[in-house]
Amino acid sequence: MPAVSKGDGMRGLAVFISDIRNCKSKEAEIKRINKELANIRSKFKGDKALDGYSKKKYVCKLLFIFLLGHDIDFGHMEAVNLLSSNKYTEKQIGYLFISVLVNSNSDLISLINNAIKNDLSSRNPTFMNLALHCIANVGSREMAEAFAAEVPRILVAGDTMDSVKQSAALCLLRLNRTSPDLVLMGEWTARVVHLLNDQHLGVVTAATSLITTLAQKSPEDFKTSVSLAVARLSRIVSSASTDLQDYTYYFVAAPWLSVKLLRLLQCYPPPEDGAIRGRLTECLETILNKAQEPPKSKKVQHSNAKNAVLFEAISLIIHHDSEPTLLVRACNQLGQFLQHRETNLRYLALESMCTLASSEFSHEAVKTHIETVINALKSERDVSVRQRAVDLLYAMCDRSNAKQIVAEMLSYLETADYSIREEIVLKVAILAEKYAVDYTWYVDTILNLIRFAGDYVSDEVWYRVIQIVINRDEVQGYAAKTVFEALQAPACHENLVKVGGYILGEFGNLIAGDSRSSPLIQFDLLHSKFHLCSVPTRALLLSAYIKFINLFPEVKGTIQEVLRSDSQLRNADVELQQRAVEYLRLSSIASTDILATVLEEMPPFPERESSILAKLKRKKGPGNLHPDLDENRKERSANGGTADHSSTTSNAKSSPLSFVGDLLAPASTAPPTNRPRPVSSSYLLQAPLTPIPLQASAVPVLLSAGPLFQVAASPTPSTDLLGLGSTITTQNSAPPASKGTSLLVDVFSENIAAFPVETPVAVGPVADENFSRFVCKNNGVLYENQLLQIGLKSEFRQNLGRMYVFFGNKTSTQFMNFAASVVCQDTLQAQLNVHAKPADPTVDGGAQLQQILNIECMSDFVDAPVLNIQFRYGGTLQNVAVKLPITLNKFFQPTEMTSQDFFQRWKQLGAPQQEVQKIFKAKHSMDTEVTKAKIMGFGAALLDGVDPNPSNFVGAGVIHTKTTQVGCLLRLEPNTQAQMYRLTLRTSRDTVSQRLCDLLSEQF
Amino acid sequence: MIGGLFIYNHKGEVLISRVYRDDIGRNAVDAFRVNVIHARQQVRSPVTNIARTSFFHVKRSNIWLAAVTKQNVNAAMVFEFLYKMCDVMTAYFGKISEENIKNNFVLIYELLDEILDFGYPQNSETGALKTFITQTGIKSQSKEEQSQITSQVTGQIGWRREGIKYRRNELFLDVLESVNLLMSPQGQVLSAHVSGRVVMKSYLSGMPECKFGMNDKIVIDKQGKGGATEEAAGKRSGHQSIAIDDCTFHQCVRLSKFDAERSISFIPPDGECELMRYRTTKDIILPFRVIPLVREVGRTKLEVKVVIKSNFKPSLLAQKIEVRIPTPLNTSGVQVICMKGKAKYKASENAIVWKIKRMAGMKESQISAEIELLPTNDKKKWARPPISMNFEVPFAPSGLKVRYLKVFEPKLNYSDHDVIKWVRYIGRSGIYETRC
Repeated sequence: MPAVSKGDGMRGLAVFISDIRNCKSKEAEIKRINKELANIRSKFKGDKALDGYSKKKYVCKLLFIFLLGHDIDFGHMEAVNLLSSNKYTEKQIGYLFISVLVNSNSDLISLINNAIKNDLSSRNPTFMNLALHCIANVGSREMAEAFAAEVPRILVAGDTMDSVKQSAALCLLRLNRTSPDLVLMGEWTARVVHLLNDQHLGVVTAATSLITTLAQKSPEDFKTSVSLAVARLSRIVSSASTDLQDYTYYFVAAPWLSVKLLRLLQCYPPPEDGAIRGRLTECLETILNKAQEPPKSKKVQHSNAKNAVLFEAISLIIHHDSEPTLLVRACNQLGQFLQHRETNLRYLALESMCTLASSEFSHEAVKTHIETVINALKSERDVSVRQRAVDLLYAMCDRSNAKQIVAEMLSYLETADYSIREEIVLKVAILAEKYAVDYTWYVDTILNLIRFAGDYVSDEVWYRVIQIVINRDEVQGYAAKTVFEALQAPACHENLVKVGGYILGEFGNLIAGDSRSSPLIQFDLLHSKFHLCSVPTRALLLSAYIKFINLFPEVKGTIQEVLRSDSQLRNADVELQQRAVEYLRLSSIASTDILATVLEEMPPFPERESSILAKLKRKKGPGNLHPDLDENRKERSANGGTADHSSTTSNAKSSPLSFVGDLLAPASTAPPTNRPRPVSSSYLLQAPLTPIPLQASAVPVLLSAGPLFQVAASPTPSTDLLGLGSTITTQNSAPPASKGTSLLVDVFSENIAAFPVETPVAVGPVADENFSRFVCKNNGVLYENQLLQIGLKSEFRQNLGRMYVFFGNKTSTQFMNFAASVVCQDTLQAQLNVHAKPADPTVDGGAQLQQILNIECMSDFVDAPVLNIQFRYGGTLQNVAVKLPITLNKFFQPTEMTSQDFFQRWKQLGAPQQEVQKIFKAKHSMDTEVTKAKIMGFGAALLDGVDPNPSNFVGAGVIHTKTTQVGCLLRLEPNTQAQMYRLTLRTSRDTVSQRLCDLLSEQF
Repeated sequence: MIGGLFIYNHKGEVLISRVYRDDIGRNAVDAFRVNVIHARQQVRSPVTNIARTSFFHVKRSNIWLAAVTKQNVNAAMVFEFLYKMCDVMTAYFGKISEENIKNNFVLIYELLDEILDFGYPQNSETGALKTFITQTGIKSQSKEEQSQITSQVTGQIGWRREGIKYRRNELFLDVLESVNLLMSPQGQVLSAHVSGRVVMKSYLSGMPECKFGMNDKIVIDKQGKGGATEEAAGKRSGHQSIAIDDCTFHQCVRLSKFDAERSISFIPPDGECELMRYRTTKDIILPFRVIPLVREVGRTKLEVKVVIKSNFKPSLLAQKIEVRIPTPLNTSGVQVICMKGKAKYKASENAIVWKIKRMAGMKESQISAEIELLPTNDKKKWARPPISMNFEVPFAPSGLKVRYLKVFEPKLNYSDHDVIKWVRYIGRSGIYETRC
């Protein structure tokens, strides 16, 4: 930048700023600013021309006022005038004002663009730089549109100065980030790669950033950059620290460039060419060697720069994952950092080691640091570092060290930070399950977990324990014993009561032989906790009691007494009351045989991915967990777990008439709805989520329970069988997306995550009565019932379309959980892209909600997408499905042509499969004007005077899809006497002809 | 109850910090500074809640006074106290400024100890305070004097000491009112109310018992019931009664008597005190009428004409009249012509300020201005803020009249007739706005 001469000092500005700084109060400041603004306004009034200096001064003042937080709504024109000045300072202030203040929709944008264009084409490097900086700073779409072609040209032009090249590279990077679609690859791309060879290191640094971003977008185009980058890197690494002069930072040669080059290399797999590969390995080794050298300076910047390069090199090594020696060396290097006194280094070391642990080469090497990591877990002061230590422990865990790691994590859990407790609990649960050699250890671990951190044990964890205990015969007795002992503690967590209730209810008989745990003692123990528990737990305990009646007939009297007590039979909670009543009747009426059948032991659960793992993944998001690692381990654990399958088969005989549905019902967090609910479409929607066996098993029980109710005259209003049935089924298959119930679904389904995506959502009848009305028009009311009105407004251009869907709430109550989604069935998915922008989940009474659908036609299609709407209206879930009127003809582009052209084309499309003809009877009156309007609405251009018979209609147009364009010609011949039409369509594609013919013939 | 009291200067530096209760920590001082004084957006609410702690603040010139509490206190009480405290400080050392506070900070702590005890407001009557908190060195007091102070402060009439003697018994009564108005451009009153105060300055000997009467509707009606003739007489003589919406009294007024008989009787503190405060909303005399005329001539010019009419007896003179006409934010130049007074465009306030020194009743005056505008690319329309006005008139716009103020002193031998009484009415503008 040229030095500021004395004349450019702008005294007025300095005075103004010091005035503002001296203001004692906000009010005084505002007054001063108002005064200044009035002064500037009077100066800008346009009576007399201002010279460049004062213009610059006032623009500067405006800028300062804007930066103080006040609105500026004038002065833009003056700033734009400054752009055309020849003085650097004036031009600079102009650009500054524009990059800060001009918004993209300003009318001045064309003027600004013009000024920038002038500067770009000037040969003055400082002006070019200013212009490029402005483009990059504003980075708006308009700027990108105007200069996306110009900037690359400057970047690769041979005669461009280095500093301009640097700016151009960064400017292009910015444009690529803001509007990547406008930065088109071209012949310049190859030449950009060669910038890596540039003499000027600044240019190389800027270019590397650009290339890295571009390479992520299209790796193929920039493949050649790998060898250049390696060459450049090796030159930097091997250079003496003094070689690079300006680019040596505290004795480290060009650290930023090195880091960027290493990042660039991470976009690609290890180079195939042996020579390059060798050279890269050499570089990486040198970097690792350098880390071992004694520091050349005690300054923190030196070590920071060195370590930055080192960490980037290590992540490249991890990324390549191909050189065992390098991996082990990296691991050792990180091991040193684990004990470094810098907290940041320890953090980074732990984090990188996490990724190293997933590599098969370095896994063993990582394991050697286990003591250090455990030590870090205990002594580290920063919680985020401890979190990383937990992650690393989790990642390095395998069968050999599982017991140690789990024990350490458990002991840490007692003192752990609240913020990471839940995650540790999940991790312990997963590790305990995955590497369990004997399941007694597993049961002990989980019970300890509940004891230490009961509040953080999510439902998934204790569900999983139960699944495993039920599926493994050998631990059932042990589990019952341990649980029994654990429950004897005076205060135990509710989750423990849940597990205890369930396990004793199932396997209490296994320990009943011992006089210290006789049935009555077991029952008393459970019941002593009953009053301290929440309603869902109580419900579970009631189920356990009825199971006791089956297991131990001798305690039947006691339990019946409990069930009969007013606190159960007349409990205010409907769920508990219903259970008490049902169980009481069941126990008193049903014979032992029936009881034994109904209350049969639970069948084993199907094997599947642990729901806890799914939860952990959900919690951490993808990327943090290493799926490949998990896969790896899973195989190993699968080998160890072959015994499981035998147990599964041995239990397969269990009767289908078990009490599955109800025993698991407490897991449902949905409030038990008392209202008999019609089997609505919402029920249909959820049905696929719960597998059929549940329904099958639940219904017979209810059938047998049904008559009992008539006698018992239960206080519940839902005595009729249908109402009761629906109550229970809806409970079990409660709200679709609620987090709490997802596990319930998980217990039965194979893979929960897959469900919402893969299962075609079954919906009620799809409404399409208004569908055909939209073939020839774009706006109108699509659907209407007593609650909801759906209106449409749409516009199409070539193969793209936008549809505004208006959901009107016709009632006075709010719609809750409103969700509308568009489903493209089967083949349509590939042919049509419909993207729905998310809309508000609530629609107020009488209000309208707008949702925007963006449509892209990929290729020609026949079906129409379906709009699924779901909402809650006064407690009931409403489901509406409507066929969206997106038809092929919407992507018509009319074409005008002369008679001669038309017939020439008509003849060209003469192949028999290209023509479709239909003769049909008119449904409406044969009005010429109406017919004309319909053809035009259909999308084709109506061609006058083409057909020799004036009463015939002829149209032409092109159907735009993303892949192809299909030319269409149509001819409609009305016969007024017979009230018939003959419609002929010729297009270049047979499917298109057929579809268009079908669509159009419906209209007359 | 008030947990603590802080005084800050305009930069947010703490000048005075007095914590009365343990629940207010030291960090409360910083919390207020960070969240209110240095807040990014100007805090307009006088009550701010920060981390379950309430801060009540008032601002005097550049000084912030903040009362802090964690309890659910009566906010009106806290503000009343803060205002009272301002009065006390003004009475002791004049204007509240950073300089004065720094110079008197021992005195202020002494005052704070006296007027607040464990967060409960105590005696804040300046006259009483001045007897034992003095600025003039330490005066060795005799045992007798000390016990006298104790008995007075703890006694029934804490606001007045015994044994005051004046050669001339004098009494000044000021009725100070402020009129608030919002009027539509067509002259329709959208909202109007008067808030008034009766301020009394008394120089009376002994312990005089005073009785104050005004033309309150309820009192007049009550008397009217007693004798219809008197009511007729009242009407004939032009005595209109007024409806007072609500009123509050100085602590010296016997409220039991007011509740029972609607009579205001009291033993006044020596010197100045605010006897009562009241508010009326009906039958307000609006001293001025503003008639605005704004015409937009194209995008770059605006013509404004404002007429003011005085609406009171021609014999009275209004003073310090100031009309403030807001100008658009893109004003680039203003030409003003006015018949009377001086008018000027004040860019720093975005307004034309028209000042008239004096104006008699039933007159009118007019100003016209041409405002040049700078075309902007902002499509926002000018919001047209209301024209506001300031003035002072020598009558009470609510119509309140003092009917009598009787003084009885049974012990000393001077009668009501010997007291020289002065009554003065001043009506000022509050927020007096007319939309344009």
